[in-house]
Amino acid sequence: EDSSVSTERVGEILLPGDEFCCGPKDTLPLTDSGKSERLVAGPGLRRSGDRLLVSRSGVLRHKEPNKFWIESQQRRYVPAKGETVIGIVTVKSGDVFKVDIGGSEVASLSYLAFEGATKRNRPNIQVGDLLLAQLVVANKDMEPELVCIDGSGRANGMGVFGTGGLLIKVSLGLVRRLLAPRSDLRADLEQLFPCELAVGMNGRVWVRAGAVQQTLVLANLLQSCDAMTAPQRQQLFRRLQQGAF
Amino acid sequence: MKDTPMSNCERDFILKAIEEKKRLDGRQTYDYRKIKITFGTDYGCLCGQVMAQVSCELVVPKENRPNEGIMFFNLELSPMASPAFEQGRQSELSVKLNRQLERCLRNSKCIDTESLCVVSGEKVWQIRVDVHTLNNDGNLMDAASVAAIGALCHFRRPDVSIQGEEVTVYSPEERDPIPLSIYHMPISVSFAFFQQGTFLLVDPCEREERVMDGLLMIAMNKHREICSIQSSGGIMLLKEQVMRCSKIASVKVSEITELINKALLNDKTARKAGGRCGFAESMPQERITALKTDQTAVEMTDVSETASSIVQTAVAPPQTVPSPSVPVPGVGQVGEGLRNTWGLEEEEEEEEEESCGGDSVEEVTKMDVELHQEDKSRTVDVVEILDSDEEEEEVVILYPEATKKPK
Repeated sequence: EDSSVSTERVGEILLPGDEFCCGPKDTLPLTDSGKSERLVAGPGLRRSGDRLLVSRSGVLRHKEPNKFWIESQQRRYVPAKGETVIGIVTVKSGDVFKVDIGGSEVASLSYLAFEGATKRNRPNIQVGDLLLAQLVVANKDMEPELVCIDGSGRANGMGVFGTGGLLIKVSLGLVRRLLAPRSDLRADLEQLFPCELAVGMNGRVWVRAGAVQQTLVLANLLQSCDAMTAPQRQQLFRRLQQGAF
Repeated sequence: MKDTPMSNCERDFILKAIEEKKRLDGRQTYDYRKIKITFGTDYGCLCGQVMAQVSCELVVPKENRPNEGIMFFNLELSPMASPAFEQGRQSELSVKLNRQLERCLRNSKCIDTESLCVVSGEKVWQIRVDVHTLNNDGNLMDAASVAAIGALCHFRRPDVSIQGEEVTVYSPEERDPIPLSIYHMPISVSFAFFQQGTFLLVDPCEREERVMDGLLMIAMNKHREICSIQSSGGIMLLKEQVMRCSKIASVKVSEITELINKALLNDKTARKAGGRCGFAESMPQERITALKTDQTAVEMTDVSETASSIVQTAVAPPQTVPSPSVPVPGVGQVGEGLRNTWGLEEEEEEEEEESCGGDSVEEVTKMDVELHQEDKSRTVDVVEILDSDEEEEEVVILYPEATKKPK
């Protein structure tokens, strides 16, 4: 859409109801070629007529060249298409598993949506198992649906979890920080001890380390990192490395 | 709404950790979580995740016990505590906890009910303890018992005096309320058993409670007397295990009783010193979950200039708004108002009219002064305010400057 937007407000905290476009500019940029800019409004921004309104409170972020979104913090997950989530199997009935993903509704997962599954060769999944799956249908009008294969029919890391490990619930912001491309939280974790982490976008993280004690330490660490700034977190990690456990 | 199901992997992990004597939050097997006890400005006690409130009223006693007071306990599992609790419905857990709380506090006779009697056979005090759960993080029974006994120790009932046939109940302003007479403080300690009784944990948290095999609840006071003991879950316990649990329980109970007494003492000194006490004060500031912040200074230097400029440029009030006058000695009237249909006393009508009278700052203050003087001399039932519909029927009190009523 057409708008002349300044990047001056990036990094500010905006509240719902704030207008995003700036007012008429005092000076015209010399390189104004008369072309209108298109901008992509991400989560938290909503278009109303020809204005852009903020619909969620949070910090405004910008990615070159034209993507803007509001980064907000919450713990409750709202299913969105294409996200990879960790689910717990609640019911096994007929051809379909019912999987709890932490949203308002229980999602369904078909028996055939696994790599190498056929009508005769059913996957070995019990009630209470953990699964990593991807949402293919997720809107407010329909029941969410999951699959454990990608477009080309390969598992690609999805499916049932093995034994061991602990599942913890964290906020969505921490999950996004863990999954970010150059995440320093992940870099810090790598320095600690060898471990396996599976991160679901619904706020669930599965951790497994060599010993039970290490797994517990990791789980408690992640939950407390949620509310810490980067220096505090690094201080905590340093104390840990010096053998506090 | 159903709670999130527990996955097999979590269950296996917790059991494996318990076998290695490790708990999820790093406690030892016999460790309690840190207990924080706060008292409210009224008679309530907050302990951990549970809040208890005590109230009293005079009622007719039971027929078979005419000279004993009545104790009534009510524990509510509110949906605030967990999505698995539903409002209004008596779930099995709620019935069980209610029953345990009653047995622990009522059957142990920790309160002297005979001292609650006012007139034998006619009037006794009924003490009502309401316990609300605020958050379910396991072991609600222990928290509820500590909160209930803390609230009972904190409670003060109104003083009563009997002269012949007359019973006078004094309000807290007239005479200091008196505390209940409490013989001892029963506190319950819960033990969770795993792997058919091989491992035991004290004060299970919510996830540990979900995987446990059985629960043993021992209610004891600090004199090492067992008030109530209950085992649920159908596990088979050996005699030695029960004896060991009761020994651990006596240690824990004396620690917790110490904590309660200390908290009561702190609250008493805070109240005597006039300091601020209550639940609001116990909330820590400047944490991400607290909504309280320090007061911020407001820039006031140019307020007086702005205010005086506004006052000077303000339009003078129209003459149709009358100043208060005294038509008849003992009667004051300001303006006209609609008939008050709320049935409140006329004093409150007068106050409403006073506020709609003046416009500018100086006039308001003058008027207030006049009205206050009038208030002292007037009687109550004199002013009749005219409603435009009842023009012909009512008697109207007019004053010289009044203009026609607005229709």
